[in-house]
Amino acid sequence: MSDNGLSARDLSVYYGNKQAVKDISLDFAAREVTALIGPSGCGKSTFLRSLNRMNDLIGGARITGEIWIEGQNINDPSVDVVLLRQKIGMVWQRPNPFHKSIYENIAFGPRYHGIKNKKELDGIVESSLRKAALWEETKDRLHQSALALSGGQQQRLCIARSLAVKPSIILMDEPASALDPVSTAKIEELIAELKRDYCIIIVTHNMHQAARISDKTAFFYMGELVECDDTQKMFTNPSKKQTDDYISGRFG
Amino acid sequence: MSAKLANRIATVVIIAMALFIVAILVGLLGYILIRGLGHVSFDFLTSVPQTIRAGGGIGPQLFNSLFLLVLTLLITVPLGVGAGIYMSEYAKANRFTDFIRLVVEVLSSFPSIVVGLFGLLVLVQFFGLGYSLFAGALALTVFNLPLMVRITEQAIRSVPKEQKEASLALGLSRWKTITSIMLPIAMPNILTGTILASGRVFGEAAALLFTAGMSSPRLDFTNWNPFSPNSPLNPFRPAETLAVHIWKINSEGLAPDAAEIAAGASAVLVIVVLLFNFTARFIGGYIHRKFTASK
Amino acid sequence: MKERVTLEHPKVNLEHPKVKPSKQHLTEEWVGKLYTWFCIIFLIITIFSMVYFVASRGSATFIKNGINVWEFITGTTWQPDAKPPILGALPFIFGSFSTSIMAALIAAPLGFCAAIFMTEIMPKYGRRYLQPVIELLAGIPSVVYGFVGLSVIVPFLRDTFPGQGLGLAAGALVLSIMILPTITTIATDALSALPGGLKEGAYALGATRWQTIYRIVLPTTFPALMTGVVLGISRAFGEALAVQMVIGNAPFLPRSLFDSTSTLTSVITLSMGNTVAGSAHNNALWSLALILMLMTFVFVFIVRWLERRTKV
Repeated sequence: MSDNGLSARDLSVYYGNKQAVKDISLDFAAREVTALIGPSGCGKSTFLRSLNRMNDLIGGARITGEIWIEGQNINDPSVDVVLLRQKIGMVWQRPNPFHKSIYENIAFGPRYHGIKNKKELDGIVESSLRKAALWEETKDRLHQSALALSGGQQQRLCIARSLAVKPSIILMDEPASALDPVSTAKIEELIAELKRDYCIIIVTHNMHQAARISDKTAFFYMGELVECDDTQKMFTNPSKKQTDDYISGRFG
Repeated sequence: MSAKLANRIATVVIIAMALFIVAILVGLLGYILIRGLGHVSFDFLTSVPQTIRAGGGIGPQLFNSLFLLVLTLLITVPLGVGAGIYMSEYAKANRFTDFIRLVVEVLSSFPSIVVGLFGLLVLVQFFGLGYSLFAGALALTVFNLPLMVRITEQAIRSVPKEQKEASLALGLSRWKTITSIMLPIAMPNILTGTILASGRVFGEAAALLFTAGMSSPRLDFTNWNPFSPNSPLNPFRPAETLAVHIWKINSEGLAPDAAEIAAGASAVLVIVVLLFNFTARFIGGYIHRKFTASK
Repeated sequence: MKERVTLEHPKVNLEHPKVKPSKQHLTEEWVGKLYTWFCIIFLIITIFSMVYFVASRGSATFIKNGINVWEFITGTTWQPDAKPPILGALPFIFGSFSTSIMAALIAAPLGFCAAIFMTEIMPKYGRRYLQPVIELLAGIPSVVYGFVGLSVIVPFLRDTFPGQGLGLAAGALVLSIMILPTITTIATDALSALPGGLKEGAYALGATRWQTIYRIVLPTTFPALMTGVVLGISRAFGEALAVQMVIGNAPFLPRSLFDSTSTLTSVITLSMGNTVAGSAHNNALWSLALILMLMTFVFVFIVRWLERRTKV
């Protein structure tokens, strides 16, 4: 339980009577990229969404277990979910910028959290865009609609948007799977840069991607955590046969 | 009869019926416009009605219809949008929500004359508002509210889930997410729906007979003080609307040109309603193109 | 690559999620809840007060004036100003039901044809031309329908058939055009929602288009089509002004389609303004309104029952 990292203990997610995620315990360290892999429907996205309490939005979903961030268990009804979510950023599979200008997309969050000074906001917009490797491409059109950007640019905008509220953890749910190979490469480059400052947890169905960009990998199957280890070791010499089968493509 | 022959006959009959319906509309509109437009002039649109003599106009009634529409929208839109937001964002899947849906369904099926009677009993008599624009606006609100709720709820539900989640993931409150992210995206649909609903409100008469009344006091259009009894802006005065006027003329018309006035007033009424419909369609199409093009 | 840029947000302090939360978003959530709750409560209060007031005024006839409910519903003489008042509402009940049902009998075949035209025969032209026509018909206000009915349909009936032209026939004809859009729209939705595989299966077996429509499409969508018809009848039942203008307004049971008669809505429209609140006449009109309101509930429940059957 390092600070700026995240730990899950016996985390389970139930949709009605069906248990989609079964007693997962995992540690995610700061300044590290952890990839969650597994076949479709294995619960990795559900697990990811529980970490910032996004599953609360689904009626009938019940999450048990503990999620520890900075010494607090945030899976507790008394925790203020709104404040919590500021500490954890999220990026989705399909880019979902707001129907606003590029500037507004990024400034929206910080402004809500209390930063009203225009110069400060300008600074945050610039630094977030720089961090997302998007500044050069957008600095001359900050007030144009975000929807005019290409898919890959929109996704980097979404990353910049999540960075602007200064999270310590970033969750990514298949962030490049809807993008072309060139954009995908740029996103992967970006992740490698970002991990110097953030704890990144990324769900991916692309094992080569997991091997390329992550430090640790966790293999999920049917809602359970089968194995979690250093990426190098996972892909060359996994401990469980199931993991080996999946990685070498014998199923999944 | 062979199957092929039956198929051919059926096709002919169906196409004939479809054409018949088009003919009905064309005939209907044609009749109203031809019979009525000839009588419509600037004088007609602005002068007061005459009870016994010829040459009356529909000026006050036209103004009343428009003003009443504005008043009604001022009340209905906030209420309808609020209820629509509740139904799409706050309502859980339980018996209470089912009950609300039943309430909305029943309310939308109520005959408008009954709504008018309710307005008479509660607003005009019980609350002592008398025959007034205000009573009429409240009655029309009851009449219009179910539609507004449905429009808003549908519009908000059609906002992509990811927009809402992106906002919440940044640490924004639910209410702020609704107002700053979801409502702006839903707004074009809400706007289109409201314009269509306005057409319905503008043409409604049964609910107004006993609430806004069947008469209009002498209006002094130079007096814009809403508290003065002769001011057109006073919401507590009786206000016969265009639709009510058409009905009144047809049942008690004593002026020799009553039929012409009714025709002219009907033409104006239909044109305004058509304008609302076309505007709604036009805006809807424009917004749709804008959205799908920018992606 | 790029210099590392550190982000400083001096105003935001979120070291511990459990620390006293900022007031802003909590008040916002309360504002939202209160506002939306208020709107819903307004809806609920409205319906309850409508039911209460109409019911209490409507039942005054039976409770205060001592009229027998059965005689009220089945009596055929309506003399509310007589002393004692004779209140037989059957002419109006009959008038309302017969005009509505006849209107549906006329509009349903037309509406179904239009729906089939738009979904099966010529979908492209149908959507582009017939659909707007239906929407326009739906948008025309009821007083205008009444006016056209009075100026065109009534003289035509007067010239072609015995009588003054006013009466059930005129009422049914006017109402049929008014409810046509309702029936057509719902039928079109029902037909479009049919899974394509159903029809393709029939075609593959060599059925003609009409056979497929007649034997498969229509029976399968029957409950949904009936929903449209019932909603149309409900609308016709509640229509006031257009009917009042062409029905003749004689408080008697009609002896033919061309006899002047009345409906529940027409007599209320005509007489409410001339009665004194609290008088027997006034209470009797409220009782008619009560019947209208009860029928509304009946129609809603029939539609709900049909919708449950559709889902099967």
